[in-house]
Amino acid sequence: MVTQTLSHVRPNGLRKYTTGKFATYVFLFVCLGYFLLPLLWLSIASTKTNAGLFNSFGFWFAKDFGLAQNLKDLFTYQDAAFIGWMKNTAIYAISAAVGSSLISALAGYAFSQYQFAGRNVLFGIVLASVFVPGTVFAVPLYLLISKTGLSGSLLAVILPTLVSPFGVYLMRIYAEQAIPEELLDAARIDGAGEFRIFATIAFRLLLPGYVTVLLFAFVGAWNNYFLPLLVLGKSEVYPVTVGLAYWNSLAGQLSTHQILYPLVITGSVIGTLPVMILFLFLQRFWQNGLALGSIK
Amino acid sequence: MSVAKTFNTVKTPLWFRRARIGQKITPYLFLTPFLAGFLVFMVYPLIYALNLSLYRKKLVGGTSFVGLDNYVKAFQDDNFWAGVRNVLVFGAMQIPVMLGLALLFALLLDGKLIRRQTIFRLGYFLPFAVPSVVAALIWGYFYGQSFGPIAQIAVALHLKPPLFLTPSGIIPSIANIATWQYTGYNMLILFAALKGIPEELYEAARVDGASDLQIALKIRIPIILPAIALTAIFSVIGTLQLFNEPNVLRVVAPTVLDSHFTPNIYVYNLAFANRQFDYSAAIAFTLALVTAVLSSLVLLAVYRREAS
Repeated sequence: MVTQTLSHVRPNGLRKYTTGKFATYVFLFVCLGYFLLPLLWLSIASTKTNAGLFNSFGFWFAKDFGLAQNLKDLFTYQDAAFIGWMKNTAIYAISAAVGSSLISALAGYAFSQYQFAGRNVLFGIVLASVFVPGTVFAVPLYLLISKTGLSGSLLAVILPTLVSPFGVYLMRIYAEQAIPEELLDAARIDGAGEFRIFATIAFRLLLPGYVTVLLFAFVGAWNNYFLPLLVLGKSEVYPVTVGLAYWNSLAGQLSTHQILYPLVITGSVIGTLPVMILFLFLQRFWQNGLALGSIK
Repeated sequence: MSVAKTFNTVKTPLWFRRARIGQKITPYLFLTPFLAGFLVFMVYPLIYALNLSLYRKKLVGGTSFVGLDNYVKAFQDDNFWAGVRNVLVFGAMQIPVMLGLALLFALLLDGKLIRRQTIFRLGYFLPFAVPSVVAALIWGYFYGQSFGPIAQIAVALHLKPPLFLTPSGIIPSIANIATWQYTGYNMLILFAALKGIPEELYEAARVDGASDLQIALKIRIPIILPAIALTAIFSVIGTLQLFNEPNVLRVVAPTVLDSHFTPNIYVYNLAFANRQFDYSAAIAFTLALVTAVLSSLVLLAVYRREAS
């Protein structure tokens, strides 16, 4: 692959860079291997039976191709628990993404477009809360949630993830850059109400920033482990992360449960794919959106 | 992050401002959903925990107000400080490597030297899409002796398989997982910041005969310093809250990863294994204090360098 990329080196003017350029490419490809090989290993491992995992080399396929059997086991083991976890994860991630990004967009828009009493103090408090470790909220949230009897319900995880101070911060910065004041004033002169202006004009301008906040809220909720582990008492409401860690601990502790390894590995692939696909398809949006938090 | 800069005043004609007096309540309406959630799920739990941390539940005599006793106990608690020491060693090892690599990648991929940079950008970023639980599972298998590829290769070469999850190896092993996961994400933030630098700034330097290295050190890095500071602060906060990776790895290294290996694991075990909610709340606030002190130090260090 390296030689292939080198064929692009044009002789004119770039010659003195050639050695440096070659070294740079070697370095970048070695690093690419570091980041991608573990994922390759996981994909190959998901095609192996339990015996195949132990008997064959990690970066090549085993004699028995066990992917179909692994998937079948994964989707049926413990009364199809994994399907339930995937469903829960999807519900957690979609509600957190849609809910928190919309709530953040409304708040960020208000902070950026209006003058009102307490604006600076309020924004300062919101910003400060970004820096408070999540641990501080975890224990009281658990106690409050179990007091209200929500600990066995999906709402225990959904509700706290709807509030995203960092999302508000990003949406405010984005709104300041993306919404020209004159446009809103023109709409006001035309007699449009404030909410109509937001819904029909401002929101469209906010869309790229909104998608970024939405996507990262989705990923954060999909991959969340600490909060669900704390607040969820029953395995029926687990997300994939907590479920897989639970199966893995069974496999590690009891030799009779070693049979779970192929399921944990296959489940890891299935549980990761949706997020990867989403990132690849929405590249255009989030790569631009990432500049948001870093400019100021 | 000079937030103060963003507080522009909305400039509107006077007649218009008067017309809007009736709409004074509008911004509050826009803010209501967020503020309601913020009060219920952040402010109230915070106050609740603060109050909780001032009490102690005893086996005999029930719950009683003890003032700051829990905090005095926390400051003298060797388990807590051992955890803090572990995450500090982890951070001192992991953050410079991760951010150094992220910065190097961002500088290389932003330059004109490299073609097909999208492959690298996406490839480096991909581990961020992997849940940290899955990342810890994968690397746990990699480090393991039963079917880990590293042990397999060592055996094939007639070498002794290296042990990763030993008392001295555990922190670098976890640091590697975090570096694998978050380098690409930090790279993209720095990359986005570099993209924001206008081309003309380099041109002048290039005409003056500055090398790529000089341009990187004297122009590009100083300009994106705020973005670097942002990634550094979030890394410090994340480091102090280290939980997922060690908690998942505990299955394969139960003796090395004890119940207070990181402050967050300690809080978790105090609360859920020992049911000492009041003391665990005090530990959590002490951790928040340590976090605040450390992130201010990072900010100070970065901006002092910028000023000089």
